[in-house]
Amino acid sequence: MAGKVFAVVVVLVTLVTAYCVVTHVWWMPVDISVHGPKIDHQIEETILVAGLLFIAGQIVLASFVFRYGGATGKPKQIPGGAKPLVIFAFVLVGTEVLALSFIGSKAWGAVYFEAPDPSSLRIDVQAGQFAYYFRYSGPDGKFGPLHPELINEGNQNYFGLDPDHDPDAKDDIVTAEIGIPVNKPILLTLHSKDVGHSFYVRELRVQQDFVPGLSIPVHFTAIQTGRYEIVCTQLCGLGHYNMKAYLSVLSQSDFDDWLKKQAAMQ
Amino acid sequence: MAETQVHAAHHAPSQGFIRKYVFSVDHKIIGIQYLTLSMVSAFIGMALSWAMRIHLAYPDFRIPILGWLSPNGAPNGLMTPEYYLSLMTMHGTIMAFFVLTAAPFAGFGNFVLPIQVGAADMAFPRLNMSSFWVTFVGFLLAAATFFIPDGPPLSGWTAYAPLSAVGSVAGPGQGLGQTLWVLSIAMFCVASLMGALNFIVTTLDMRTKGLTLSRLPLSTWAWFIDAWVSLLAFAVLLPCGLLLALDRLGGTSFFIPGGLVFNDQLQPHSGGSPLLFQHLFWFFGHPEVYIIILPAFGIVSHIFPTFIRKPLVGGWKVITFAEIAVGTLSFVVWGHHMFVSGMSPFMAMVFSVPTLFITIPSVIAVLVWVFSLYGANIRFDTPMLYSLGFVSLFITGGIGGFFLAQPSTDSYLHATSFVVGHFHFTMGLSAIFATFAGFYYWYPKIFGRTMNEKLGKLHFWLSFVGVYCVFITLHLTGFAGSVRRYSAFVDDFMIPLMPAQRFMTISALLLGAAQFIFLFNAIWSRFKGPKSSDNPWGATTLEWATTSPPPFDNFGGRQLTVYHGPMEYDDEASVMQTSPEASIAGT
Repeated sequence: MAGKVFAVVVVLVTLVTAYCVVTHVWWMPVDISVHGPKIDHQIEETILVAGLLFIAGQIVLASFVFRYGGATGKPKQIPGGAKPLVIFAFVLVGTEVLALSFIGSKAWGAVYFEAPDPSSLRIDVQAGQFAYYFRYSGPDGKFGPLHPELINEGNQNYFGLDPDHDPDAKDDIVTAEIGIPVNKPILLTLHSKDVGHSFYVRELRVQQDFVPGLSIPVHFTAIQTGRYEIVCTQLCGLGHYNMKAYLSVLSQSDFDDWLKKQAAMQ
Repeated sequence: MAETQVHAAHHAPSQGFIRKYVFSVDHKIIGIQYLTLSMVSAFIGMALSWAMRIHLAYPDFRIPILGWLSPNGAPNGLMTPEYYLSLMTMHGTIMAFFVLTAAPFAGFGNFVLPIQVGAADMAFPRLNMSSFWVTFVGFLLAAATFFIPDGPPLSGWTAYAPLSAVGSVAGPGQGLGQTLWVLSIAMFCVASLMGALNFIVTTLDMRTKGLTLSRLPLSTWAWFIDAWVSLLAFAVLLPCGLLLALDRLGGTSFFIPGGLVFNDQLQPHSGGSPLLFQHLFWFFGHPEVYIIILPAFGIVSHIFPTFIRKPLVGGWKVITFAEIAVGTLSFVVWGHHMFVSGMSPFMAMVFSVPTLFITIPSVIAVLVWVFSLYGANIRFDTPMLYSLGFVSLFITGGIGGFFLAQPSTDSYLHATSFVVGHFHFTMGLSAIFATFAGFYYWYPKIFGRTMNEKLGKLHFWLSFVGVYCVFITLHLTGFAGSVRRYSAFVDDFMIPLMPAQRFMTISALLLGAAQFIFLFNAIWSRFKGPKSSDNPWGATTLEWATTSPPPFDNFGGRQLTVYHGPMEYDDEASVMQTSPEASIAGT
């Protein structure tokens, strides 16, 4: 009896899980990046491969428990013994993981092995407990150097700029939200002023940690206008849950207007 | 040399309560001490998870006991964001170290391994006693963090630097709390290293006559392999912890780079690397999940033959070689925790491939368990139900691994609740289920009494369904991008997930409530349970060839000879390893 109940419970759990995944009860938002479809495709591919193993594993487990629960008489081993099982694991699972590695490396490579487009719009991002700040180079196209000792939130010097002594820093534009033009390659450089943080935009399919002491490049191109949440996914302290900013993907003209307004507010 | 050690272990029984039950050198008492510590820790860890789950789903619900425990952390019973993170940090620390590492390895291993190899005690009984008491000091240091003004640290069980390294400027709990935490973990490392050494030497040198490695019970095999993994992994966590302690207390900068600014103040550090900490931590941290799960493999592989009444398919070799492969590969996969850490993206591929390939020995182990059921006569006593539950949970947990092993898919799912669901299945609850299987299985041997079967089964059904309700849902919200380690969901896209949060909280409360059935059963049966025979399950290994509970020297001075492997079962019939009669299963 216990065996039959076990089998039924396992089958039910398997079906409910599969149903929730297939019908996307809670799911990824629509992708808005150029590279995103490759990642989505890889997730679907993995759902297929891993999902089949999941369903097969649970159903075989359930059916053996159902069939052989409480059986009597001389027990027997599966014909052929362990050899076919080991061969199965090496051949089938080996092929699956090789395929995932191979295809997956392409998806990863397309995002991370490619050099950023030389015409990319470069934006600096500074993360600190518990906010993000963004910096545009201004008309001169050059970022002023950073001086951590000058960082002062009270004076709104979030990056540690010294416009009095660094000409390149004079026209830098610092903002609390990030605006980007649609269909334009973007190159972010991530810095943290204190602890580890992360830059996660679900719709962009981008997640990248900030590591104090390192400048970490991230590049992407957004293809759909809109306003999206950037959230921190690296535990950074008590305000971690509330560390967020917004990414606005704008048409080129809207972006130009927005940046002008931001420059005027400096 | 081996002879001398065998004789050295035949120490006389200690007299007096303190030497007999507190500072005991008897491996059985030490095993019970580890199990008791783990059980207390598990209920503390579970209570913390209850508090967190209630807070996440019902942020306005007051928990008066928290307000009493920490007036600052939970004024009027409503926890602050920092206190949430403190509870989360301690949940992870207590569960990963003091429950999942302690119970299936140190707890059962201590009690059972020496008996299974036919020895009178561990090779080094005093070292064994030290292992437990150093672990206990580690536990006290961790527990003490609840009672200091700033409360426990909030940097998670992974304690990433520089959050964990710079001191109280990084937030409440990062002062004394984090220091106590580091010292606690260092203690745990020392204890684990001593324990691992003892397990290895005992298995190699203390085996009784005829007990070749090919006749070793599968649980002992797994503890033996596990001890090697522990020895190599904790040997890295210990210096990692000490360097962190030096950064905190000695003004060094191993993990802290220059140019850090807190509260507009430049910190007096330079030249350290936060990524170095992550590499050292995960060099331990990934083997650690196998340190947790390998004993579970062993316990389940040991229990299976007794309740299917035949040997495992492939005998001792296939499952054991799979375990050795898993243990070995576990040392070359740690970078999969760091795909989005800022590590070189080329390194991601280097770590992704072995991570995917570790699936192969894991799948072989699962196939051994599942296909051993073919043609079996399965008996559904509680230990077997829990073993079957383990197999189901482990399959489900393993599936999530496919997504997290690939950098491209991980880059979306990393740090979401998908990861939390995944590791709770694969190593958390799987190991807990195997621990329960071991507990129901060896309880009659440990205490000489049997646990109540009806309560045991009820406990199983509620736990099994409860686990799926909570942790599958975490996978699903992870697909929606719900971020882990958040004390509240203020983001626009996470608010619609609140119904899922409430479902998980209610399920977790029921799942937790079911554990009190177990607690009652364990305590009640200790005094009122029916007396057990020496071999209630009709099993074949040496722990069943002595009385329940075993005498001080385990076999009453008998020197046993082993004639068979551990899986001599054929339907009702079975042959004890010590019986000279003919083999019936050819092991």
